[in-house]
Amino acid sequence: MKPLKTSWTHIRRSPYQALAAVLTMFLTFLVSGAFGLTVATSLLVLHYFESKPQATVFFKDTAQLSEVDTLKTALNATGKIANIKYVSKEDALVIYKEQNKNDPLLLEMVNADILPASLEVSATDPRHLKELEPLMKEAVGVEEVIYQKDVVDTLVAWTNAVRLVGVILVALLSVDAILIIMTIIGMKVALKKDEVEILKLIGASKWYIQFPFLLEGGLYGTIGGFMAWLCIIVLICWFRASILSFLGIIPIVSLLLGNMLSVSFFGSVLGFLFVLSSLGFLLGGIGSLIALKKYITF
Amino acid sequence: MIQFDHVSKTFGPETYALSDLTVEIKDGEFVFLIGPSGSGKSTFLRLILRDIVATSGMVVVDDWDVTKLPQTKIHLLRRKVGMVFQDFKLLIDRTIYENIALGLEIIGKSREETEKGVVDVLALVGLSHKRNSFPLQLSAGELQRVSIARAIVGGPKILLADEPTGNLDPDTSWDIMQILEEINSLGTTVIVATHNASFVNDMKKRTITIKHGELISDEEKGRYHQTERAKHHHHREHEGHKGK
Repeated sequence: MKPLKTSWTHIRRSPYQALAAVLTMFLTFLVSGAFGLTVATSLLVLHYFESKPQATVFFKDTAQLSEVDTLKTALNATGKIANIKYVSKEDALVIYKEQNKNDPLLLEMVNADILPASLEVSATDPRHLKELEPLMKEAVGVEEVIYQKDVVDTLVAWTNAVRLVGVILVALLSVDAILIIMTIIGMKVALKKDEVEILKLIGASKWYIQFPFLLEGGLYGTIGGFMAWLCIIVLICWFRASILSFLGIIPIVSLLLGNMLSVSFFGSVLGFLFVLSSLGFLLGGIGSLIALKKYITF
Repeated sequence: MIQFDHVSKTFGPETYALSDLTVEIKDGEFVFLIGPSGSGKSTFLRLILRDIVATSGMVVVDDWDVTKLPQTKIHLLRRKVGMVFQDFKLLIDRTIYENIALGLEIIGKSREETEKGVVDVLALVGLSHKRNSFPLQLSAGELQRVSIARAIVGGPKILLADEPTGNLDPDTSWDIMQILEEINSLGTTVIVATHNASFVNDMKKRTITIKHGELISDEEKGRYHQTERAKHHHHREHEGHKGK
């Protein structure tokens, strides 16, 4: 591994430049990773809500089963209902327990009596829900009607905003990282001008001369990506309980963070490391390549 | 084999470094290339190494038309042609061993092959005991021997030496010449560009004389045809050598 040894020598001999490069890469990937995860989580939340019934009709505690049946029959009679499902207080308790199984405190305080029974309604076309609204709201025993569309619309707006800010910030930081790597590798090449000339004269190939510089840029990116990964994973572990209480409702979040010794958690964490390190290597490599094209002529 | 066929090289309009030069050097020959400063000796060597390209004519090295050689093959040509420079061109932050090993590493030799190759050439140039020294710890003569060792370690067919004794005292210069002669005796074509008349006159090798970029003479056992001033200089140098 001679090129790796040469790259390491380059890095060791100019530690401050190396530190500047690694910190720039770290910052880039910390922000990119954080925004990436935020956008991914927003999309998961969005998908979760989109997969839910389009409207939920909550009944008062005093509502009778006959009143529920009346509304159900009335809705089915319109011919605009694709699916309708009754969730009793007991069913609601089962769902609640499943969603909060990791938080015994929340389970202790709840019983079936305080949870409302509901009807989960999906129309053949979401636009029909507006026409069905008076029927649902004015039915006897109904307390509240919640439309997923409102939630989804708000989420879409937030996700788009986060994504836009993220893309702009990540693009700017990536350009900055490439420029920093380009400048540092350019300086290294200039410092090693005589060595490069000698290598050319004794018959070294383009690849032999350029590869250590390319590897050096890639290493800055990989180390920066690794540091960002470590930082993000530590933060996720640190705030795991809070994340679970907010997002535990999303099956994949609860699966990943529910048990940190599970294969799925380890797989995801390692996958995330692979993505950040590879992108780091790619970004550093691009910066080096541009510098090599500019400063070494064959 | 090296062939120069009506080769001219200009640096800017009407500045001829070489002018319509035709010459052929066979495999295994030892050739002196002489002429005053600025006569085109270095240009001749640099054309063989494809450090520069001829303005017109054809330079052939070992069946390769160097003037038309694509960029991607230049390093392959340079592995066939070793070069020894007057200023040594060694890497000062690497040991003597590492400097010489470069010649083998660039062609992808294994660590064992490199070790063996470097040990062999260090013995040939008499520097086995200096393998772990750095260039700054060596004398000029030793540095030139390292430079030769690096040039030949990869087993080139041709060895070019541009004023290899330019910075050296007469005794050390003779040592270097003997090493070059020994390398030639092992089958390598050796071309030495020099100002040193005593080598040319005493070694009696083929001598190509260039002046103002033109071929003046090409003699089988050449002599250094000197100007009076140069004669005087040579006389002083020779006396100094005998005095040692």
